[in-house]
Amino acid sequence: MATLHTVNKSPFQNQTLISCLGHTKAGDAVLMFEDGVYGATKGTALSDAVAGLGADVKLYALGPDLAARGIDAGRLADGITLIDYDGFVDLVAENDRTQNWL
Amino acid sequence: MSEIIKKFLYVNRKAPYGTIYAQESLEVVLIGAAFDQDVSVAFLDDGVFQLTKGQDTTAAGLKNFSPTFRALGDYEVTKLYVEQESLDERGLTLDDLQDIQYEDEDDDYAEKPSIIVVSRAEMADVMADQDVILSF
Amino acid sequence: MKFGIVVSEGPYTHQASDSAYNFVKAALAKGHEIARVFFYHDGVNVGTRLSIPPQDDRQIQKQWTALAAEHKLDLVICIAAAQRRGLLDENEATRQGKDANNIAEGFRISGLGQLIEMGIQCDRTITFGD
Repeated sequence: MATLHTVNKSPFQNQTLISCLGHTKAGDAVLMFEDGVYGATKGTALSDAVAGLGADVKLYALGPDLAARGIDAGRLADGITLIDYDGFVDLVAENDRTQNWL
Repeated sequence: MSEIIKKFLYVNRKAPYGTIYAQESLEVVLIGAAFDQDVSVAFLDDGVFQLTKGQDTTAAGLKNFSPTFRALGDYEVTKLYVEQESLDERGLTLDDLQDIQYEDEDDDYAEKPSIIVVSRAEMADVMADQDVILSF
Repeated sequence: MKFGIVVSEGPYTHQASDSAYNFVKAALAKGHEIARVFFYHDGVNVGTRLSIPPQDDRQIQKQWTALAAEHKLDLVICIAAAQRRGLLDENEATRQGKDANNIAEGFRISGLGQLIEMGIQCDRTITFGD
């Protein structure tokens, strides 16, 4: 009984990603897409917070949105899985519900 | 109106008036009440500002929809989960929120509070217990 | 699996309708059913046929209209949100005494009940917004 959470905001703009990660349960999945992909990069002021809060969930980032923003896969933080829209669809199907953190 | 009963959660994370989300979220909750589903409404992050008392939109020239929250009980929407940490972070207590009640028809129509203050961990449990989550 | 989609931001200003479109296309390609796409808040603006985006940009309304025709999608614009924002179909324009309508082909206007019904009937409900 797991939940897919989606986050589409940069964590440097507002608290949405941090709030989301504060409400996940072990085994949940979190997908960062649109401007949310900025939360998936390493070496930022928030990388450690994301890794710490997201330790017991599966973290994903949407490839097409990374590419659109010129973020090379090499800049993804450790533990983040790169997926495309097919993978997004699979995540929605595999999890029991989707919570979109708007 | 439907044989299927699902658990619906409406998630409110935005303050009222600056954007329309709070107002149009409330419209969904009211319409949704007619479908006899198991409805809960969550208020966290800036969403807790929606429930504060004393909202007066006259000078701002906006529609004050805050009294509608007190009518939710008449629509059998009686579970309003408010996150303690979100209140704390914003310097609010339960006393700053409207007194929202419903009449419990299973208990001789006794008036009971609709607001249920929960911790962040409990809010996560509420979210994980749903079939459908609509976010605003 | 049966998916219900909510689009709650308008075109171009937000990426939401683009993300929803890409998601719907991918879901259909995988054999899932898209039971309905419900446009709410500023999302209703996706359904105006009077938008004229620059030629070198994506044509968001036309993309949806074409996808709806190809897959018999049910694209529903919320009437309450639409009336606030000036989106009208022919019937509603007549009823309200307005001199024009602007709903694009493939979209229809209906009530918020369609959103709740979608949530009840679909296996998954996903919202694309801001």
